[in-house]
Amino acid sequence: MNPRTSPRTTPRVLRLRNRPVPPAAPELGDVLAEAEELTVRLGAREVLAGVDVRVRAGEVLALVGPNGAGKSTLLSALAADLPPTAGAVRIHGRPASAWSAPELALRRAVLPQSASLSFPFTVEEVVRMGRAPWAAARPEDDEAAVAGAMAATEVTRFAARPFSALSGGERARVALARVLAQSTSLLLLDEPTAALDLRHQELVLRLCRARAHAGDAVVVVLHDLGLAAAYAHRVAVLRAGRVAADGPPQEVFSRALLSEVYEQPVEVFPHPRTGAVLVLPEREAAPFD
Amino acid sequence: MTVMEKDVRESAPPATGQRRTTAWLLTASLVVALLVLVPVAAGVGAYPVPVGDVLASVQHRIGVGGAELDRVAESVLWNVRFPRIVLALLVGASLGCAGALMQGVFGNPLAEPGVIGVSSGAAVGAVASIALGLDFLGNWTVSVLAFAAGLVTVLLVYAMSRSGGRTEVVTLILTGIAVNAFAGALIGLFLFFADAAAVNQITFWQLGSLAQATWPKVLAVLPCAVLGLAVAPLYARRLDLLSLGERPARHLGVDVERLRIVLVLVIALLTAAAVSVSGIIGFVGLVVPHLLRMAAGPGHRFLLPGSALLGALVLLAADLTARTVAEPAELPLGVLTALLGSPFFFWLLRRTRRRQGGWA
Repeated sequence: MNPRTSPRTTPRVLRLRNRPVPPAAPELGDVLAEAEELTVRLGAREVLAGVDVRVRAGEVLALVGPNGAGKSTLLSALAADLPPTAGAVRIHGRPASAWSAPELALRRAVLPQSASLSFPFTVEEVVRMGRAPWAAARPEDDEAAVAGAMAATEVTRFAARPFSALSGGERARVALARVLAQSTSLLLLDEPTAALDLRHQELVLRLCRARAHAGDAVVVVLHDLGLAAAYAHRVAVLRAGRVAADGPPQEVFSRALLSEVYEQPVEVFPHPRTGAVLVLPEREAAPFD
Repeated sequence: MTVMEKDVRESAPPATGQRRTTAWLLTASLVVALLVLVPVAAGVGAYPVPVGDVLASVQHRIGVGGAELDRVAESVLWNVRFPRIVLALLVGASLGCAGALMQGVFGNPLAEPGVIGVSSGAAVGAVASIALGLDFLGNWTVSVLAFAAGLVTVLLVYAMSRSGGRTEVVTLILTGIAVNAFAGALIGLFLFFADAAAVNQITFWQLGSLAQATWPKVLAVLPCAVLGLAVAPLYARRLDLLSLGERPARHLGVDVERLRIVLVLVIALLTAAAVSVSGIIGFVGLVVPHLLRMAAGPGHRFLLPGSALLGALVLLAADLTARTVAEPAELPLGVLTALLGSPFFFWLLRRTRRRQGGWA
């Protein structure tokens, strides 16, 4: 465990309640979240069976795999939402269950698959909610973080509109802005591109890259293998609750592996101009009918 | 893009700032309205007292000048009108605040303090004490039993709707419905076995009224109401976060389970306290927070204290109407609020739906 991420110097009893100590900035390569021999059972079904994954500062890790492979469950476990049935989840070096909710909120931010809101708060108010964990520690950064997150996700021009009046893709970007405003060094994003158009899919993944470049760790669940290949430093391919492969996309994305995992013949080939990895399902030439 | 960003800078900040200004203006005008309405309500009635005399008497009592009125006027003011006014303020504030809290806790703008069974649970306690002729605590028996029963009910609902350390909102509300039905049956049973005088009293109590306001009743409500009203705003920010959903709220550092427990207790405290002295007075907890949300946005930092203020104002005005509109008879307050409140609520629903395209 990296001593810099450990906030404990004062004995527990002496610390003020609701005043969690913010973590120091991680160094490149620090493991900010890891699953070890992680098994998660939901009801009778074993959703994850012995998963090992490490998330490092400075890196975008894409979780890919067919529906029901356990991507979102793994993300939830890394977010400390789901207790492990067996094995361990560590966040910033400590077991996930050892952190309190306010401490975790300073260390990891989570984008849920779908964003909902019970009351008609405005977009700006929603993004500002992302700053709640910092109210005690660093309120002076709020304005810059909120404005920056809204600009980065291109939602500034809806700032005054109620969240409920936005389209699905706009809501997804606002939810992402809230997560970015939380300014944590670990970002867990569940299908951030699902509702987005082409331009904003690229925008979101460029943002992930930028955060990783700035020293944060980003985990992103993706369905689009082309996006994963283009933007992830590392991909973990999940199949039926296990990690089928883990490594840089150029090495992991092979025709044999992907065809087998997705039970669908695919082609993997280099882009004719850039040489980047492209993945397409195998299709016959369009028939004339 | 530059043009758009320019647009933004001109249009974005005002909206949030505007909401904040609206909130301050509303708070100020609510306080002013209360300060005006209280002496008016104290003066109006079967034995009218001029507002000037009301103020003089109040000044005299707190020892800053003024003058004592004649014996009848003093007695009417201090033994009849003021306890009733204070009770109306406390009950209204409690109901308004409890409604806002409840809608926040369940993330459902249509949640209502009666939904989780506090109202009918409290009613069972009160009806039992009336029907069985219990008086082991003197005047306070009805209030105390109603409060105890309401609290037990809400704890029961909460315990039954928990599973695996979580509380599903749908389960909670369905359990509340079942408990409401059971409480209704118990009340029916007590009514069946009660004698004619008790049935009369129960019926009157169920309609909701402040007619029997006395200082001891005020004292019975005061601690619960003040405690609840003081604690509620401390959770305003966390309630805002809860509107994102349970998980996102937890991701932002909210201990959701503890938040729910504390707030359910506060809701029970506020609602049961109100119901125990005044019977079931509907709609205040539902419409008051809605009106404020429309005017100043859904932020709970204004909504919670604002709902208490507006609830107090609304109930004071409603009680004033109830006791003067059909003089010398008195309309049951609960009937009046429901008569006025239900159509108003329908109108609110339609209007808001049209404007915001739904409640989400």
